[in-house]
Amino acid sequence: MKVGIVVFPGTNCEHDVAHALGLLGADTELVWHRETNLDGLDRIVLPGGFAHGDYLRAGAIARFSPVMGPVADAAAAGVPVLGICNGFQVLCEAGLLPGALIANRDLRFICRPVHVRVESTDSILTQAAKPGQVLRIPLNSYEGNYVPSDTTPSPTLRYCEPDGSVTDSSNPNGSTDAIAGLTAGNVAGLMPHPERAVEDFMVSTDGRVLLQSFLGT
Amino acid sequence: MKAIVTIRRRGTIADPEGSTIQRALGDLGFDEVSAVRVNRTIELEVDDDARIQEMCERLLVNPVMEDFDIEIVT
Repeated sequence: MKVGIVVFPGTNCEHDVAHALGLLGADTELVWHRETNLDGLDRIVLPGGFAHGDYLRAGAIARFSPVMGPVADAAAAGVPVLGICNGFQVLCEAGLLPGALIANRDLRFICRPVHVRVESTDSILTQAAKPGQVLRIPLNSYEGNYVPSDTTPSPTLRYCEPDGSVTDSSNPNGSTDAIAGLTAGNVAGLMPHPERAVEDFMVSTDGRVLLQSFLGT
Repeated sequence: MKAIVTIRRRGTIADPEGSTIQRALGDLGFDEVSAVRVNRTIELEVDDDARIQEMCERLLVNPVMEDFDIEIVT
């Protein structure tokens, strides 16, 4: 199992993702955004950060990085692709996931653990989880407020209270329908950072089940 | 020549920055303000304006949430 982790100028979570996936038994390889040969990769991750400074709109310039054509080709060929935080924004801008992400409702950068509920296990992101399972995972974003398009499917993950109920106050950023994560076929994206919830000293190890789902292990 | 592209978030989509400014104006007593929307303008120096529409559609504007117009200033 070889996972390619795409690194744009301004990406800053690539080593955390590599560490977390390594813990789960995957081989990882950092892939610079100018690379166009993705042969041999079984999975592709677009990690968090501030690709190209988030200039214009988060992900707007990254989607035209040379690597993104081959990423779209790989996705079309069935390779699972996961976008985390800024990577989710890039996938939306690239049209590989529907919708867009705008500034948080209260215009504050949010950096704290949040609870999310597994809405569907029919997803490369949640297939190892239980329906309704509540996960506590760090959120770290300014533009995490999801705006749907006509083609937005039902959510994979929604922000919730610790007991799993979805309320207005459990929605940290104003996302429509409290959407925290989405899946379209073999492409998935989420705003929270599962790679920051994989070891005992972290806020939880709840990120493991999402990354294990993605790896299919 | 110069082209000015004005990008507006569609009215149906929340504009947290506009809402925050509106609240601040209200706090200052400007009660007559019923809505604030924050737009973005991009100024382009170009030799030829034929492809500005295409630039907007491909990069400058996100069609999921934004509309735009183009003004040519000589």
